[in-house]
Amino acid sequence: MIPFETQNSPSIITELLYRLKIKDIMTHPVRSADPTTRLREIQTTMRENKVSGVPIVEDDRLVGMISVDDIIRALDQGYIESPCGVHMSRKLVVLEDDMPVSMGLSHFEKYHFGRFPVINRDKELVGIVTSRDITSALLTEMNRALETLEAEINSQAAPVAAGEVKRVFVVRQFDYENAGRASTELKKLLQERGVSRKTQRNASVASYELEMNIVNHSLGGRMIYQFSADRVVIEASDRGPGIPDLAKAMTEGFSTANDWIRSLGFGAGMGLPNTKRVSDDFSIESTVGKGTTVKVTIVFETAPTPQEKPA
Amino acid sequence: MTIADLEARLGYASLVAYTDAELAGAYTSDLLSDVIAHAPENSVLITLQAHKNTVACASLAGVLALVLTGKAEVPADLLDAARQENLAVFRTADNQFTASWKIAGLLGLGLGPIPGSKENL
Repeated sequence: MIPFETQNSPSIITELLYRLKIKDIMTHPVRSADPTTRLREIQTTMRENKVSGVPIVEDDRLVGMISVDDIIRALDQGYIESPCGVHMSRKLVVLEDDMPVSMGLSHFEKYHFGRFPVINRDKELVGIVTSRDITSALLTEMNRALETLEAEINSQAAPVAAGEVKRVFVVRQFDYENAGRASTELKKLLQERGVSRKTQRNASVASYELEMNIVNHSLGGRMIYQFSADRVVIEASDRGPGIPDLAKAMTEGFSTANDWIRSLGFGAGMGLPNTKRVSDDFSIESTVGKGTTVKVTIVFETAPTPQEKPA
Repeated sequence: MTIADLEARLGYASLVAYTDAELAGAYTSDLLSDVIAHAPENSVLITLQAHKNTVACASLAGVLALVLTGKAEVPADLLDAARQENLAVFRTADNQFTASWKIAGLLGLGLGPIPGSKENL
């Protein structure tokens, strides 16, 4: 049994659990020993290689396993100098290399071992799996899947109506690595359209503030830019947590940001007021537990101001 | 005053290669909301906010150069981002007040004689 409900989990995770094989995530080659190896030596192997279990192999066959627990017992009871073959656990639970990761997870759930040796079809030892291997492999794969999804979303930039273009950017909570990327793209698109510097600036201010609000305060969301001939509509929506008091949130100087967000130069309580100030139209809706959507319109300045001449 | 003038006259350490350009103004702030809203275009930003997000914000505001004050390490990802956005980055041991005062002078924004004093600003 997999220790979480696959029925209601995002299908992408369930799919990964079945698609990934044990051989994709296992650690290999494995440090093994033979039954004549003294427990003291195995203890050294564990310490030097930072592993918590060593499979014991005889004539290419996996015959036992020594764990940190076995070493502690040997130290405690004074047989650390004896060969491991006498004391190893011979009752082995193994995984096969072409089993899906879901079976690995259910093994950890069922047997409470810290690691499982992995054998191939010919019963040879080919690797070892810890729950940490599973976690890190899943995270890596989920990240990859997410990037694919984002690329798909971003490629849906087809015109939605004559002269209208829509662009969508995924924005993640606390992702300071990519923070500002959506707004930078918006500015480039506006530059390409040849709108005035003032319009570019106003749109940048609104977009950046809204994007940073998603990064700093939400559980994640997206920025949607809808261009038409004379305006861009910026919609920032997130999945929560929602704003309990909108009037307060719109007050200059009010912020719920914590100390470390503030230490990065955010959380001055200027975001929403700044956004409203530069926008031709501004609306905000928020439901606690559901999320917040801010929609602003920037109308392109009709008579573009002459390019600021360099001083 | 150009970015290269600023480097030459103040001796601030340049951390990335940059394209020289005329500076039209300067702004001093550590609040990125303040920077995005008020920093003038084609300006130099004096800040102690030495992290990557400063670059994104500054470049959106049309800032051309950063002067990082304070003793914090300048992270490599800030410099990478600055190269990408073609933003000059300088570092100085001057504090924000002193750096702002010097740069104001270079920009010809000094106030002239202080009433009742022989000092020139």
